[in-house]
Amino acid sequence: MLTKNAAGVKARKRLCMTVNGRAVEIEIDIRESLLDVLRDRLQFTGVKQGCSVGECGACTVLLDGTPVNSCIYLAAWAHGKTVVTIEGLAQDGKLPPVQEAFVDEGAIQCGFCTPGVVLSTTAMVDSGKCFTHDEVRRELSGHLCRCTGYQKIVDAAERALREAEIAADEHPV
Amino acid sequence: MFDICELCEPETLAEAKALFRANPELKVIAGGTDVLIRMQHGSLAGAGLLSLRNIPHLDEIEMLPDGTISVGAMAPFTRIFEHELIRKHVPVLGEASVSMGGPQVRNVATIGGNLCNGAVSADSASTLFALDALLKLETAEGERIIPMRDFYAGPGKVNLLPGELLVAILIPREGYEGMGGHYIKFAPRKAMDIATLGVAVVCKIRENRFVELRIGLGVAAPVPVRCFEAEAYAKDREVTWECVQEIARLALKPAKARSSWRASKDYREHLIEVLAQRAVAEAVKRGGGCCAD
Repeated sequence: MLTKNAAGVKARKRLCMTVNGRAVEIEIDIRESLLDVLRDRLQFTGVKQGCSVGECGACTVLLDGTPVNSCIYLAAWAHGKTVVTIEGLAQDGKLPPVQEAFVDEGAIQCGFCTPGVVLSTTAMVDSGKCFTHDEVRRELSGHLCRCTGYQKIVDAAERALREAEIAADEHPV
Repeated sequence: MFDICELCEPETLAEAKALFRANPELKVIAGGTDVLIRMQHGSLAGAGLLSLRNIPHLDEIEMLPDGTISVGAMAPFTRIFEHELIRKHVPVLGEASVSMGGPQVRNVATIGGNLCNGAVSADSASTLFALDALLKLETAEGERIIPMRDFYAGPGKVNLLPGELLVAILIPREGYEGMGGHYIKFAPRKAMDIATLGVAVVCKIRENRFVELRIGLGVAAPVPVRCFEAEAYAKDREVTWECVQEIARLALKPAKARSSWRASKDYREHLIEVLAQRAVAEAVKRGGGCCAD
């Protein structure tokens, strides 16, 4: 429980989590962020390092289904949790409807913010709730798009939500 | 990588309090959305962290038998905003909670961390001032309950004893029952921004008269403040537009605004008056009153 990092000795910890549906068990340094572990150790490079201070949202991942900035989240805290990165969305090489919506709306320019935005949109869709236009903008407000392509991003998110609603009506659970 | 020398992750509150008593130099970390950013910026170098994240039940929101609403210190802002009890009884706190940061930050950042940082811009602080909230603080030796007003000691400074942890925020029934409320956060951006000024108002209206009015201001002085003169003026007075204007003028009294790169002193004082007017008018409306001019 007390993980010491005495001079020169790295404090290490075993981290067990599920990443994109697969159980992962690795030894980490307590000083690492979840972003460090996902990118540098597990090679999920779809998780982008942008500002490193929780402003830009490029490092967003879903933690137990909830979007968080992995740059300001200690890797040690992910123990026992489920993480989804952009790499975890496509199944058997087929894009899910959220990603299709981003392609169809042309909501991608340089692509750096895209993984984070797609994951936040996925969380909205998976919540099963309805969102007004303002609420969609609010839910995406933690993402900076340096290409300033916000209009199409919001359009894509609304398309994804609309299509999910139609799909739910056609195939009620 | 963060410059952390050790990470303590107690599994119970008792264990956390014992650890903190033995190691009062530890830096308490809740959501980490401030502490880790400060580390990223080079302050808190080499700190040992006492993480409260593994302690169960510290994030619960519940109504106590006497009607007090208890918000666990580890409750993240998203939970507060979405919680049924808050929506029903203290919507103004939900309003303040959703104005803070962006969604990813609100999913992790906690109300306890927000308060313990001592930032005068904390969106939850001015609102809890207006709600007459109490704070439940615990050490290994015992607990004490203090009013929010006694918690802030100065910019970035709060009255926590060595080894003391904020456990819950208590909003007594008299603080919220029958009150209309409104929080206005003034900032250049609608999201991911720090308040240039925050105004929280709650009021109880009967037969279009103020039974009670409470105003909390953020970023108007070195610590969040209450506007007691304005509140006393309003008491038993009929709600009119002139009355609301006078309340807003009096709201300036406790202000000790200063110039910073975000805004000048004059601009902040202008904001206090204008926003207090708007916030009171909206709170009156939500409390069932009318102040149409």
